Amino acid sequence: MPADPQSSPRAPVRVRLPAHLVRLFPDGETLVEVVAGDVRQLMDALEARWPGMRDRLCDERPAIRRHINVFVNGRRARLDTPLVPGADVFILTAISGG
Amino acid sequence: MARTVLVLVGTKKGAFILESNGARRAWALRGPYCDTWPMNHVVGDPATGRIHAGGGNEWFGPAVWQSDDLGASWRHSSRGLAYAEGETPVKTVWSLAPGPGGTLYAGVEPAGLFRSDDGGESFTHLDGLQQHPSRAEWNPGGAGLILHSLVLDPEDPDGVWVGISAAGVFHSADGGKTWSARNRGTRADYLPEGQNYPEHGQCVHCVVKAPGMRHRLYQQNHCGMYRSDDGGVSWASIEQGLPSSFGFPAAAHPRDPDTLFLVPLNGDTAGRFMPDAKAAVWRTRDGGANWTALRAGLPQQNAYFNVLRQAMATDTLEPAGVYFGTGSGELYVSPDEGETWSRVAEHLPTISSVETLVVEA
Repeated sequence: MPADPQSSPRAPVRVRLPAHLVRLFPDGETLVEVVAGDVRQLMDALEARWPGMRDRLCDERPAIRRHINVFVNGRRARLDTPLVPGADVFILTAISGG
Repeated sequence: MARTVLVLVGTKKGAFILESNGARRAWALRGPYCDTWPMNHVVGDPATGRIHAGGGNEWFGPAVWQSDDLGASWRHSSRGLAYAEGETPVKTVWSLAPGPGGTLYAGVEPAGLFRSDDGGESFTHLDGLQQHPSRAEWNPGGAGLILHSLVLDPEDPDGVWVGISAAGVFHSADGGKTWSARNRGTRADYLPEGQNYPEHGQCVHCVVKAPGMRHRLYQQNHCGMYRSDDGGVSWASIEQGLPSSFGFPAAAHPRDPDTLFLVPLNGDTAGRFMPDAKAAVWRTRDGGANWTALRAGLPQQNAYFNVLRQAMATDTLEPAGVYFGTGSGELYVSPDEGETWSRVAEHLPTISSVETLVVEA
């Protein structure tokens, strides 16, 4: 019986990043796959790939920035939210401006 | 040698650069830069030609942007630009000051000071301000608890003054490790009668250093205009002869320590715009004893704009140029020390800061 990719511990999560974040980084991409067990590890993985990106998404409390929303499989997440292999992650900017 | 004059403009929606030659009559505008982030302060380092822009984005937090090609390309960093874990996060960068040897100081909100030793690539927190005994009593001004004035002592690499709203002026003689309040003689009209001259808690709006006199500073405060001839240990009022005691920016002359430019507004409870809706920059040539209104070329009716605390500057040419940007997005230039003015940009976003950089063409 073939292995279920959803249950493999090495299966990556799929992360969608906002375009106005990605354009701050050379070679940035709006869709990326990383291996991470929770949102904090996901941020570490983004930082490793694009140095400085974690500071754009997280502050020193530490927490996800106030006007950044991370959704994991449709539910709003925090840094300690676990990521199951194959999870869909959306990182979005909140409505803000004027 | 032909020279290019750059006016570095920080706005609520990005940085802009205006460029002219030494005549400073015709100007070309470019921008917006820094991905339209709010930029509170854009400065040039005359030693390196590098431009630094400090600000913050509501989504992505604080950062300092750098350009090594006079604005053609930019990169950004906030590495180290954070308080200790668990503290209120740094929201935005409010002030920048290039120092010798590639150092760059950054003042932030909530009030604190950082230093970069690699030209803005990474930062170290100088936590002396957080350790000051009065720190718990500091209250934010209208724009927040911001470190907006950052004055390096050109004759002492360890000397620095900061202005914090509404905590007052502080001085460090050891590069930011320890600080002393420097507010004696400045009023706090918003405190109860008899308590109007506290050791700290004044609403300083802008502090600038006079050239050529080591201990002379000028200050525009929420409550008056002041001069200090002892490095801020004591301050004397210089507001007599001005139309109000309220305003935000101050700009020193590049060579004459007795010349200062101010933009008094009509009052903190009267709308905070030009007195009688007629625009004027006021100049003293004698350290604040006498003042002259400079109006030629400035609008003399319906001028309901303000000029924010970092939005006026001079250049280093002879005669000195004077520049200010308005809350309504206009930039005015005088190539002759304030005698005549022209509007060289309009319809920009709200202008937060104006600085100049003169480079060889």
